[in-house]
Amino acid sequence: MIWNEKVECMGKEEKEALQLKRLKETVNYVYENVPLYKSKFDEVGLTPDDIQTLKDIEKIPFTTKEDLRSAYPFDLFAVSQDDVVELHSSSGTTGKPVVAGYTKNDLDLWGEIIARAIAMAGGKKHDKIQNAYGYGLFTGGFGIHHGALKFGAVAVPISSGNTKKQIEVMEDFQTNILTCTPSYALYIAESLEKYGVSLDDINLKSGIFGAEMWTEGLRDKLEEKLGILALNIYGLTEILGPGVATECSKKNGLHINDDCFYPEIIDPKTNKTLGEDEMGELVLTTLTNEAMPILRYRTKDLTSIEKDKCDCGRTTVRMMGIKGRTDDMLKIKGVKVFPSQIEKAMHTVEGVSGNYQIIVSREATLDELQIKVEISKDFFTGEIKKLDLMEINLFNAIRSETGLRAKIILSEPDSLPKSEGKAKRVIDKRKFE
Amino acid sequence: MITNEHTVKELSIFVNNKKGKLQDALNCLSGVNIRALSIADTLKFGIIRCIVSDNEIAIKTLEDNHFLVKENEVAAIIIDDKPNSLNNILNIFTEKDIDIEYAYAFSNNKTNEAIVIICFSDMELAKDLIKKENIKVLTKEYIDENF
Repeated sequence: MIWNEKVECMGKEEKEALQLKRLKETVNYVYENVPLYKSKFDEVGLTPDDIQTLKDIEKIPFTTKEDLRSAYPFDLFAVSQDDVVELHSSSGTTGKPVVAGYTKNDLDLWGEIIARAIAMAGGKKHDKIQNAYGYGLFTGGFGIHHGALKFGAVAVPISSGNTKKQIEVMEDFQTNILTCTPSYALYIAESLEKYGVSLDDINLKSGIFGAEMWTEGLRDKLEEKLGILALNIYGLTEILGPGVATECSKKNGLHINDDCFYPEIIDPKTNKTLGEDEMGELVLTTLTNEAMPILRYRTKDLTSIEKDKCDCGRTTVRMMGIKGRTDDMLKIKGVKVFPSQIEKAMHTVEGVSGNYQIIVSREATLDELQIKVEISKDFFTGEIKKLDLMEINLFNAIRSETGLRAKIILSEPDSLPKSEGKAKRVIDKRKFE
Repeated sequence: MITNEHTVKELSIFVNNKKGKLQDALNCLSGVNIRALSIADTLKFGIIRCIVSDNEIAIKTLEDNHFLVKENEVAAIIIDDKPNSLNNILNIFTEKDIDIEYAYAFSNNKTNEAIVIICFSDMELAKDLIKKENIKVLTKEYIDENF
């Protein structure tokens, strides 16, 4: 089912006309209502009238996370405090948190884009959505919640954590769609057996997983262990929250809701706009946000965009999954490595549970890459040979993916830090001075 | 009982090379009697193999403490106290292409019996052979009573 066929299957010209109209409105709107944007425009001698085509967007200065932090808490709001009905915030683990504000219309829009995601996941009216994203300031929990209500599904606001309860609800309520981070979904999947629950006892058909990067290997595991269709959802607090883009059942990239968010791909070094299929940093401009419109936000997420029509019938452009972040790239022994590469390599090896940790350290002048990997419970037979082989396979898989020789450390199940929110999987102990 | 058709359930416990990890694992076994024990180690991890009085309790305690543990079938073969007797027995198996995955030995002070615990590559074939060649093996009950 396609939730909003009119917009999601709109022809190219009509879509571009809509985007241009909304871009012009947004530019005028921020210029008049957000002093920070007005001064950004004035600095480069730009006025809203200079935006006449979609390509003119390239004239607009970027917005960065630092801009959002310095505007903390409300300086980027384009509406009066009286019109704001909900506030969210990022955790602020890497600095000052980023605040997101919503008007009534923004919440409606948020619900709309999540409803599109639920439809992509095969949702039907009255389906029960087990929402195991954290409820709180984090946008994940409430975003999905608003969407479930808009869709006409039944929201089960269990929030994250308490795995025993998750499985109990899954079995007793016969929930249909699970929403949470992929690493937590895996944890739930692996805990089923422990609580004596089989796939016959539960009724899940799909999962909408996001808020952290994941790979095809992890998807295969989730689909097999939970008996579901596992789909990726993308979003960020700075740009409304989850639902900016979601996968359909074709799993051929994430459909960006490009009637609400205008995507560009740029070269993060030269800041030049890149073409279709070229890998670069995703830059997003909100086209419909009221409380906090954002122009050309540097997401730091690396991806590429495809514009052809998807087999599902939707014409919204697709981003081909996040391949890394401009700031989580590790440079080890001079080699550029993304954690996603290591994760991808790892999932090709038998016996890996999915939970892992990457530790980079430096002895004197030499970088050392250590990878701690949990052994899957079913894989362990007590044979040393089998574990040795697993270790060798991991070493080889990582070497062929990254070119690096990693020290593999096998660990027991559940011995590595497990995240119920964003997984913290890279520890860089090197001191750069 | 000494028979020619029984096997024993042994536990294999994964222990990674972290300080105190081995003691942690052995602590989990403090509620049961250890009849036989062997520790195999590689550069980065070790496997404790043991025969204990109560597998169920041992497994539960170990798993509650996040250890990776597996129950395996092994043969507890009695070896005559004569030169070359272990070799003679092993030859019976190698001739039939049954490999020895690992083995460890212990002895009974009361009866002076030497016992070798062996995990064969194919336990089903090994069991047939034990029966056919009338090789003396111990039952779990016998081990519990005499060791």
